[in-house]
Amino acid sequence: MLKPFRLIQGSAIAALIIGACIPAFADGEVNVYTTREPGLIQPLLETFSKETGIKANVIYIKEGLAQRVETEGANSPADLLSVVDYGNLVELVDRGLTQPVQSAVLDEGIPANLRDPKGEWFGLSMRARVIYASKDRITDEKLTYEDLADPRFKGKVCIRSGQHPYNTSLVAAMIAKDGEEATKAWLTGVRDNLARKAGGGDRDVARDILAGICDIGVGNSYYVGLMRSGKGGPDQVKWGEAIRVILPTFKDGAGTHVNISGAAVAKNAPNRENAVKLLEFLASPEAQEIYAKANFEYPVRPGVAADPIIAALGTLTVDPTPLAEIAKERVRASELAEAVAFDG
Amino acid sequence: MSALIAGEPQPDRRNAWPGAGERLFLVGSALAALMALAPILGLVYFALRGSGALWPHLIANVLPAASLTTLLLLLGVGTIVTIIGVGTAWLVAMHRFPGRRLFEWALLLPLAVPSYVMAFAYLDVAHPVGPIQSGLRALFGITDPRGLPFPEIRSLGGAIFLLGVILYPYVYLPVRALFLMQSTTLLDAARTLGAGPGPAFLHIALPMARPAIAIGVSLALLETLNDIGASEFLGVRTLTVAIYTTWVTRSSIEGASQIALVMLAIVFALLLLERHARRHLNVAATPRGGRQPTERALRPLAALLAMLACFLPIMFGFVVPASYLVLSAWQRIGRDGLPGDLWLWVGNSLTVASIATVLTILLGLFLASAARMIRNPGIQPLIRLSGIGYAIPGTVLAVGLLVPLAGLDNLIANGVRSLTGNRIGLVLIGSGMALILAYSIRFLTIATGGIESGFARISPSVDMAARILGATPQRLTRDIHVPLLSPAIAAAAMLVFVDCMKELPATLLLRPLNFETLATHVYGEAARGTYEDGAIAALAIVLVGMIPVIILARTGTRGRAGAAWFKRRVPASP
Repeated sequence: MLKPFRLIQGSAIAALIIGACIPAFADGEVNVYTTREPGLIQPLLETFSKETGIKANVIYIKEGLAQRVETEGANSPADLLSVVDYGNLVELVDRGLTQPVQSAVLDEGIPANLRDPKGEWFGLSMRARVIYASKDRITDEKLTYEDLADPRFKGKVCIRSGQHPYNTSLVAAMIAKDGEEATKAWLTGVRDNLARKAGGGDRDVARDILAGICDIGVGNSYYVGLMRSGKGGPDQVKWGEAIRVILPTFKDGAGTHVNISGAAVAKNAPNRENAVKLLEFLASPEAQEIYAKANFEYPVRPGVAADPIIAALGTLTVDPTPLAEIAKERVRASELAEAVAFDG
Repeated sequence: MSALIAGEPQPDRRNAWPGAGERLFLVGSALAALMALAPILGLVYFALRGSGALWPHLIANVLPAASLTTLLLLLGVGTIVTIIGVGTAWLVAMHRFPGRRLFEWALLLPLAVPSYVMAFAYLDVAHPVGPIQSGLRALFGITDPRGLPFPEIRSLGGAIFLLGVILYPYVYLPVRALFLMQSTTLLDAARTLGAGPGPAFLHIALPMARPAIAIGVSLALLETLNDIGASEFLGVRTLTVAIYTTWVTRSSIEGASQIALVMLAIVFALLLLERHARRHLNVAATPRGGRQPTERALRPLAALLAMLACFLPIMFGFVVPASYLVLSAWQRIGRDGLPGDLWLWVGNSLTVASIATVLTILLGLFLASAARMIRNPGIQPLIRLSGIGYAIPGTVLAVGLLVPLAGLDNLIANGVRSLTGNRIGLVLIGSGMALILAYSIRFLTIATGGIESGFARISPSVDMAARILGATPQRLTRDIHVPLLSPAIAAAAMLVFVDCMKELPATLLLRPLNFETLATHVYGEAARGTYEDGAIAALAIVLVGMIPVIILARTGTRGRAGAAWFKRRVPASP
């Protein structure tokens, strides 16, 4: 009995020593909490460290990023909070976890509609919610989101869970435009058209189209790049080649629904200056190019080109509905999807 | 003395240890219970900050369907794990057929496969454009990819199947141990009286195994209930997915905590009810009853069927996903080589899982000893409370634990700063202690339960003898209980270790900066959809998880050793 206890004691002490050796507040460092997958953010951080000599420490958190920062409170090591989906940026601000940043570099690099007027958050990349259509079985050149509820697609539509932020954001945009009743009718129509249970990921839509399970579906633009480029292996190239990508608009024809990834400086950031430097780097032409090349996202910075695979999908016209309007309808969108039993 | 079987009330036989150790046991158990309650207090804190505004919507649109789905999932998985777990345990424990020695431990292998890995492996393998269906179509000359009537994995049925074939070892392990340890006098008597193998199994073996079945099935069902990886991926809308949706999609940790607490109350009540229902069932093997059970040699046809029955669960729960991982990893290594940080991730996973396992087993041994040695009425409720972490989804437990943990961390940080002026940051979270604590809270009941069921098979007369001969509780534990319990401790340690290796949600949320484990890496890649990049690390999880299974297998032939050991060491026992 005694020996194992000593082992525990020893381990605890060792762990404490190791912990103490990871200085969270050292100069020349910046701590990033991110819901972006490490494979995406690592290349950016490595370039940043190489150029500035500032070491970037990172932790990828799936859910609960806001709760971790909040409970860590005044002693939190978090400097920069990097999240996907506009709604998550708003949540960070609403919970009082961010601080405003004024920077001419950021104001110049990021269009005004993609950052908070007070500087609480900054958009860093964009992704469009597009339609994947079978190359063989769908002939339409142009489609609207509303068309997905058209009875002619009965039993032919594939989509991920109605509770996924990519979908709730699209539904929220429609509520903001057309109101709740019309959106509910649309959502019911799409549900009735489903070829299989809503679920899986966006790439599964392409694979299911290849397999003939469905003819048409919804996915994010960058997955097309990830599949077609071969980064996901040879099988995924086949999935990517089975689909034709249509940049849809709402029925008003104004543009395609776009969501953003972005970042905010944490309220209690111990390395605030470095966090701002990192933000400015992420908005720089060089980093924006990495966003475009490594993950096939649309850069936010004017003048930086999208990856050729993405550029070939057509010219993106962004739907002008303000992100703030869409964010307000997020919870309603999630509840609507449940009310119509979208996920079965 | 003959074997003690169902019906004889245990409390009268249990050793109470008046005076010595009682206070220590009580205080220790209370501390363990308090530790387990910490994340729940965190959830209460979140829940109280919210309004009740989401409940009308939940009751109208979510809860009825989610409850039904959850119930069906539990029923389905419960049925599968009971049939496979008890059936294979009965086969390998009591019969002789070719390959039995191999099956004995290979049946544990599916434990090493995490449910999220299982889900994406099967989705890939069983997809209409995947290898199985493509092969079958080629075989039958079908060209239409939809021409083959193949069951859809993305369904409730698919989830039941996938979870069933990886969770049955939770039943197999304790039930097999029980079959091996129990006296065979009754079984032999039944056979002598003309009962065939079927009736002997149904009327003697099965009732005797009931406590072990109950423990195993409740563990498997709690794993099912708290699973988020596979359910979400397969589109099965369980209650846990509803909690998750409320938290993530609607940004309401407050509402999610409210649902989680209500669900926890129901689950905990059910667990207590189950325990209450079998309070009179106690199976203790006496030292002298521990001779080798009579094994039946199977005739060729029966042996073939037995081999098939043992192989199929291993194939579905291990061979298929593991081969998939090997192939994907092979392709990936061929393209880009091994990831440079792989050994770092292996080291991190091993370190936290090992430390957490040692801590959890020690705590479990302490609690199980308390239950056996002292008769205080407070001890049982404290022990049941200390196991509550297993009844909460890992992701919810982790976020609940943040509140007390970060609070304590800030207290320490501020204290040190006011004393010395140094900013030390958050040491508990920053050092990984938070992770170890979370694992221990989550898996403590596996350790306690496993060791308790080991205790149930040690006759109380052993304790009495030790006492009469003047042993202290410490000495009794060290010299008598721990050696006799070694198979139970090893089995519990294996389950805890493998669970820690696979654990994902708490690891993601509570780890320090720059701290990557195998599981977090796999998830990061899978979330991005680059499964192949995650395949190498996923394979590493499975391989590392196999190590304790194999070690246990090597000591596993000692399954009957407890009694043999006893005969050797304590020849003069009554």
